[in-house]
Amino acid sequence: MRSSPRAEARSGKEGKPRRGLPLLFVRIRRGEGLAAFGFLSLGLILIALFVIYPSVRTLWLSLFDKDGFAGISNFVELFRDREIVDFGRFLRREPPWGALLHNLVWIAVHLPFTVGLGLVLAVAFSKVKAWWVGLARGAIYLGIVTPLIVGGVIIRFLFEKHAGLVPQILGALGAGTPWSAGWTAYPETALLALIIGSIWLWTGFSMVLHSAGLSTIDRELYEAAQIDGASEWAQFRHITLPLLRPVTLVVAAMTFLWELKIFDIVYVATMGGPGGASNVLALEMYFSAFRELDPYRASAIATLITLFSLPVGYWFAKRRLGR
Amino acid sequence: MRKNIGAKTIAILAALIWAIPFVGIVMTALRPSQEVLYGWWKPPFHFSFKNLVGAWTHPTASLSVGLRNSVQVAIGATLLPTFVASLMAYGLGRLRFRGRGPLLMLIGLLLALPQQMIAWPLFREMYAMGLLNSLTGLVLAHSAWGLPWMVFFLRGYIETLPVELEEAARIDGAGRFKTFLYVIFPLMLPALASVMVLQFTWVWNDFFMALILIFDPNKMVITQQIPLLRGQYHVDWGLLSAGALITMSVPLLVFVFLQRYFVRGLIGGAVK
Repeated sequence: MRSSPRAEARSGKEGKPRRGLPLLFVRIRRGEGLAAFGFLSLGLILIALFVIYPSVRTLWLSLFDKDGFAGISNFVELFRDREIVDFGRFLRREPPWGALLHNLVWIAVHLPFTVGLGLVLAVAFSKVKAWWVGLARGAIYLGIVTPLIVGGVIIRFLFEKHAGLVPQILGALGAGTPWSAGWTAYPETALLALIIGSIWLWTGFSMVLHSAGLSTIDRELYEAAQIDGASEWAQFRHITLPLLRPVTLVVAAMTFLWELKIFDIVYVATMGGPGGASNVLALEMYFSAFRELDPYRASAIATLITLFSLPVGYWFAKRRLGR
Repeated sequence: MRKNIGAKTIAILAALIWAIPFVGIVMTALRPSQEVLYGWWKPPFHFSFKNLVGAWTHPTASLSVGLRNSVQVAIGATLLPTFVASLMAYGLGRLRFRGRGPLLMLIGLLLALPQQMIAWPLFREMYAMGLLNSLTGLVLAHSAWGLPWMVFFLRGYIETLPVELEEAARIDGAGRFKTFLYVIFPLMLPALASVMVLQFTWVWNDFFMALILIFDPNKMVITQQIPLLRGQYHVDWGLLSAGALITMSVPLLVFVFLQRYFVRGLIGGAVK
């Protein structure tokens, strides 16, 4: 029974008269078809040449090694590679844990913090009316426009042994090495320093979107709740949070994609060091391709990052296309 | 009134914490190097242009060269794809043809593609085309890379415009392209401003694409020069901070003066 409406729909589609000529594997209705071709061709050529072809080529290369077709062995190798995954050290909490695990730890810490902080700050700022609000917002939004390569420099600077603020404060509070020394120079703290720094850089993004979401919520809802005697927390829990949910999901998705391809910060602040303790997939891919000149392994790593990204990308595209 | 005091405290505290690292970089860039060796927050405070001049005229990574290259790349890689994307957005937003749905989905999926996925073949391709190590190659790569999200954003905007205007133009005998150029394009200007501001900032801030496509010191863009200012064995924080300050000053100015378009671009599509 379930298939019958579907079959009907399909036969209905088939029943439609098919006019037009096949162009670029796309059957185009006469009239609009040519116009569509005219409007789209320039962009499609650029995208096909510099985005689609290289991605397909990377996917293809990931299935080969220097001796020829290799199937999925490049990927199997990756999961055996201590540079990528090192569960033993992870369980013993001895960095490095491998680039993939570093990325996953990054996501596990950075995602809830940025999404949550952005939400809290957006709500807090929406309640404040003062002359300095614009300036204060600006300070937090700065991270969005800061080039990540500059962001990486600032993070390194923040955690530097003598010149850095954080180790100096912790030292004054009586903390020992590595907390009072250069965080980026010690395996135990290098990754953490970068993650904290990236929270600082990315919270502004979460806050901008949440603030925009807040401004679409009808004020009358809060007024009605106040008349009913709802507490501040109850209003947040039962009005703000559920109505902001779609925005929060989008922020989480975009943050996830951002974390997976993190590169510049690590490149300039630690180069993945010390001893690989802050290495990430994108950096490992770069080393593999452009330092070790092994396009096969590099392609496998790139494909791995894409495999993690695509489900989120699919969800996101479907949502934005309103399906 | 108590609730506002709580919110105010959070807002002030957050703003201070978020601003301090930037203050540190500015202070370090604008003070003599020996003064900030053990912390930029320690007195005495003296003003010095030495670091800024040093970074601007650095022997191997002169930011004056990088800035010029970055300006060229960022402007080229903003204007070209903005025009191309507005054409595509109109085609996808207004025209009905078979394969439109799958094409939109493909473009949507490209939004999530990491740059690493194109890096190696793009490098080979540019080499084969003689565009490696050239600003033109970098502009083309950035243009193609930026197109998917620009198309998505502009298509969303076009679909909010009333169709009646176009129909009137069509009835008066204007073709599809004329209708686009004289009716839709002017109406799209606010959306185009957002797209251009964001694309300009992203291209300016990009490091990865430039890193794999450009290696001649005279053609490097400004973000590429930052790691070069660091020095091999010891970090000259004064010089590095000055470089950082100069590099981020451009997107900062764009943000300060065009904030409205910037924020609108960021939230476009995400919040609706």
